[in-house]
Amino acid sequence: MIHFVLLISRQGKVRLTKWYSPYSQKERTKVIRELSGMILTRGPKLCNFVEWRGYKVVYKRYASLYFCMCIDQEDNELEVLEIIHHFVEILDRYFGSVCELDLIFNFHKAYYILDELVIAGELQESSKKTVARLIAAQDSLVEAAKEEASSLSNIIAQATK
Amino acid sequence: MALSGMRGLSVFISDVRNCQNKELERLRVDKELGNIRTRFKNEKGLTPYEKKKYVWKMLYIHMLGYDVDFGHMEAVSLISAPKYPEKQVGYIVTSCLLNENHDFLRLAINTVRNDIVGRNETFQCLALTLVGNIGGREFAESLAPDVQKLLISSSCRPLVRKKAALCLVRLFRKNPDVMNVDSWSDRMAQLLDERDLGVVTSSMSLLVALVSNNHEEYWSCLPKCVKVLERLSRNQDVPQEYTYYGIPSPWLQVKAMRALQYFPTIEDPDTRRSLFEVLQRILMGTDVVKNVNKNNASHAVLFEALALVMHLDAEKEMMSQCVALLGKFIAVREPNIRYLGLENMTRMLMVTDVQDIIKRHQAQIITSLKDPDISIRRRALDLLYGMCDVSNAKDIVEELLQYLSTAEFVMREELSLKIAILAEKFAPDLSWYVDVILQLIDKAGDFVSDDIWFRVVQFVTNNEDLQPYAALKAREYLDKPAIHETMVKVSAYILGEYSHLLARRPGCSPKEIFSIIHEKFPTVTTSTIPILLSTYAKILMHTQPPDPELQNQIWAIFRKYEGCIDVEIQQRAVEYFELSKKGAALMDILSEMPKFPERQSSLIKKAEDTETDTADQSAIKLRSQQQNSNALVVTDQHHANGTPPVNQLGPVKVPSTSKVDCDSVDQREAQSNGTLTIVDPQPPSSASPDLLGDLLSPLAIEGPHSAENQSNHSLSAGVEGAAIVEEALALAPIEEQMNTVQPIGSIAERFHALCFKDSGVLYEDPYIQIGSKADWRAHHGRLVLFLGNKNTAPLASVQAIILSPSHLRTELSLVPETIPPRAQVQCPLEVVNLRPSRDVAVLDFSYKFGTHLVNVKLRLPAVLNKFFQPITVSAEEFFPQWRSLSGPPLKLQEVVRGVRPMALLEMANLFNSFQLIVCPGLDPNPNNLVASTTFYSESTRAMLCLVRIETDPADRTQLRMTVASGDPALTFELKEFVKEQLVSIPTAARAAAPPVPPQPQPTSPPPPTSDPGALLAGLL
Repeated sequence: MIHFVLLISRQGKVRLTKWYSPYSQKERTKVIRELSGMILTRGPKLCNFVEWRGYKVVYKRYASLYFCMCIDQEDNELEVLEIIHHFVEILDRYFGSVCELDLIFNFHKAYYILDELVIAGELQESSKKTVARLIAAQDSLVEAAKEEASSLSNIIAQATK
Repeated sequence: MALSGMRGLSVFISDVRNCQNKELERLRVDKELGNIRTRFKNEKGLTPYEKKKYVWKMLYIHMLGYDVDFGHMEAVSLISAPKYPEKQVGYIVTSCLLNENHDFLRLAINTVRNDIVGRNETFQCLALTLVGNIGGREFAESLAPDVQKLLISSSCRPLVRKKAALCLVRLFRKNPDVMNVDSWSDRMAQLLDERDLGVVTSSMSLLVALVSNNHEEYWSCLPKCVKVLERLSRNQDVPQEYTYYGIPSPWLQVKAMRALQYFPTIEDPDTRRSLFEVLQRILMGTDVVKNVNKNNASHAVLFEALALVMHLDAEKEMMSQCVALLGKFIAVREPNIRYLGLENMTRMLMVTDVQDIIKRHQAQIITSLKDPDISIRRRALDLLYGMCDVSNAKDIVEELLQYLSTAEFVMREELSLKIAILAEKFAPDLSWYVDVILQLIDKAGDFVSDDIWFRVVQFVTNNEDLQPYAALKAREYLDKPAIHETMVKVSAYILGEYSHLLARRPGCSPKEIFSIIHEKFPTVTTSTIPILLSTYAKILMHTQPPDPELQNQIWAIFRKYEGCIDVEIQQRAVEYFELSKKGAALMDILSEMPKFPERQSSLIKKAEDTETDTADQSAIKLRSQQQNSNALVVTDQHHANGTPPVNQLGPVKVPSTSKVDCDSVDQREAQSNGTLTIVDPQPPSSASPDLLGDLLSPLAIEGPHSAENQSNHSLSAGVEGAAIVEEALALAPIEEQMNTVQPIGSIAERFHALCFKDSGVLYEDPYIQIGSKADWRAHHGRLVLFLGNKNTAPLASVQAIILSPSHLRTELSLVPETIPPRAQVQCPLEVVNLRPSRDVAVLDFSYKFGTHLVNVKLRLPAVLNKFFQPITVSAEEFFPQWRSLSGPPLKLQEVVRGVRPMALLEMANLFNSFQLIVCPGLDPNPNNLVASTTFYSESTRAMLCLVRIETDPADRTQLRMTVASGDPALTFELKEFVKEQLVSIPTAARAAAPPVPPQPQPTSPPPPTSDPGALLAGLL
């Protein structure tokens, strides 16, 4: 299973963290520190796996961002590597050629999308189209609620005039 | 599209981004946290929009790594908001901020449940996602049936059902009992027939989770998995959106093949045939293509297929096909494929009949040992280690030795151990073995554990042909300008025993040997000096006729160390000096060491264990691994029962533990005074096992498996692990293991030992080892518990509760509910000492392994003396203090009877060992002791304590004790504490030697023994 997902920038800034196994805040900080030290220093032509504390961390760099997923030793590394790419493709489709800034200012969207992709550290949906459809549906629900709220406040404003 | 849609949030994020440095960022974050805190205080005034905004800010701050210790309530409360936008934020932020052990989560269970059973599909999705991501045991117990209903409900849409499936995966992992629904296996089989591939993917994950626990119930799902595979591999009825770079859902293919690996075999011939067709197609039809993603995806499938083929133990033809593929992979440029090729080749070693084909790739694998990527080097090392046998050991070991010089620090320890093991296991001749180990010590002395050099000594001692060669080699290494201390030890030992065999060679006269060894003397630590002294004594003995000049030189050294503070050195110096004056009789006493009994090497045993460890961790070999580890226990048992009564430790054979030494010194003292009156307070029968435990523990020759393995396995954890290893022993009778879980070693002894030192093993049984490492500063303490799972299966339901007495404030960090196989988790425990008391905190620890529920209550070594800090006071400081504390309750006096008799020096050592530092010369009466320490607690702060002991040389069983401090409670507690130490000395801290015959035992053969530790103890 995937124990956690990390998005770390080349400068070591954290852009997203998601923990599927229980880690305390202290442990989280420690893990991030250890792994950024290991991964950000790796050269470009090396493999996408590092062995760490009896686990494996599968990572891939996209522009200035490192996407990392920690899995069990016996898990299929390439499968997870492609979950990362799948995630990136969905982000790309949603934001329209995604860049780090999108993920910084819309980190909450990245969380929504990840939740449609992975639950309990396991892949939930492998169809990009389905994920995109669900996210769009969520967005429109939020929009609808907003409109409803503003129309309500209009009515109230009208009535109290 | 670069704005969050919430202005305040975007502004905050930009502000943080614009901070020039970490300091400014912290200021900005603190300001924001202050702002949020004030806003939350007056919750009534917050609009839903504002609440959302602040909660997002909190998550952002948390993500940046800052502690957000408030506002969790607000996040959780959003979950119960009626509107979707708030609810959504509440769910997501809660599942990111909290983990399953968080108390606030309990508050949400009801709301979450309502959302799951409610009719609103979008709410169901949110709730299932939260539970799937952070649900714990409580969630499992209260929600599993509802989630199961959703999964199989025909009225639910796929988007809800696939979430329900994964939610169940989590709940099942948290508590496997929740899946007790009749005919669930049929439901499972039906789920695999679903049309929607999203549902099938999630259900397949659920199946993997279920069968990894127990496949028996789910045989009906096996053909379904094969059907799914067929459907995908033929690309039948797979919607376009489920193909990934032209490959029909590679993830589902991998999962289906993973599930199949949990079934021991496939009986049905038709199913088997269809499956092999699919596998054959995957093996043959996967080509390396340009597109990286397509390549990765197809190889993900291919490697899983390889694993499945190995598991099914296919015909030879298919196997060799697999090896051929792997051989191709380890030579490709793509690093990922190379890495996986090596990894899977190592797994392949488990399969019979393919080793020879793998050996053909040896050259290529050795090349990978020089790969720029450490991940690949690690795999290559594992593979070389696994494929080594008599035929290729020389080549491989030499490669590894060469690599040792350039290997990075983190790999050296593992590498050294592996070299030592291979050299021993597959040595074509013994002189080669000696060469390898000496080279190993030379190149990586820091990483060569004692048992490696002990082993060389054993081999050399047992093989006469080898002795001149080993002596010559040892002599050669001593010529090097700077050598590692371990090299000094081993060469001094070998030369002491066998240098006379070299006598006719140039540079090998006793004098020359002595002077070249003695050159190293100033550079070594106290642990090596005793060995050197023994060597000198042996050299003297072998010098016939005696050389007066050499004799004087060596005697001068013995005399110099007669008064050494280290009892081991002192004893040897005194004894050797006396013995060497006996002239010819010396020959008898110090003659060559007898041969060691043949036995299995501890290293090889480690090797066996390592094999089970590097073996395929997946389902494939799980059972065989468990059998293996049982087998290891059986070999241990042999030693446990074969332990001889340890009475060969006469003064001549040089006892190794200082505890025993004290006694023999005592006895000799007593003897020379002509009053042999020492009474052993413990009957010999009870003393000998204690003694044994004591002797064995510092040597740890029978190396424990678990911790050592961890250090092989994950080097990062190895550092702490290694400290614990030293103490551990794995002597467990097998019968006990079968029925109930018995602790290994005495819990009480381990506790007592830990009272006097700061790291060691607190508890061990066949499944778990609990180590502790403590750090004490004034009245604060930090005790880290290392929970190490020794098995290849996880330990579940792990619970640790600290029952602390009122004078200690303790806080135990989170203990995970399961400990993964072979993993070690660290749980720091913070301790604050509020006031003086001798009460002890207790760790109530329980876990489940298979059907065993184990619960133990362990005293924690957070005892009174841990809050002492040594202080030496001078006479000018002592006497005014002593006088100013006049009479009870600050100064208490008591006559203590029934004291365990001990020499004054020994008592002083005992006091020093618990930081009550003896101040010599303060008391004019040489039969008295004065000691002082500083005690720390929150109520007393730092407080000076003074103790005076007046002993009666005529009757060592009684003494008068006076204790003084500025706090009445402290004085009382300290007095009682000291009394406890004097009256009943913990068996582990002190072991009594059985009465030893006073005259030296000349070359009498050692009693029949199969116990290595005891023998080695006698040796060294």
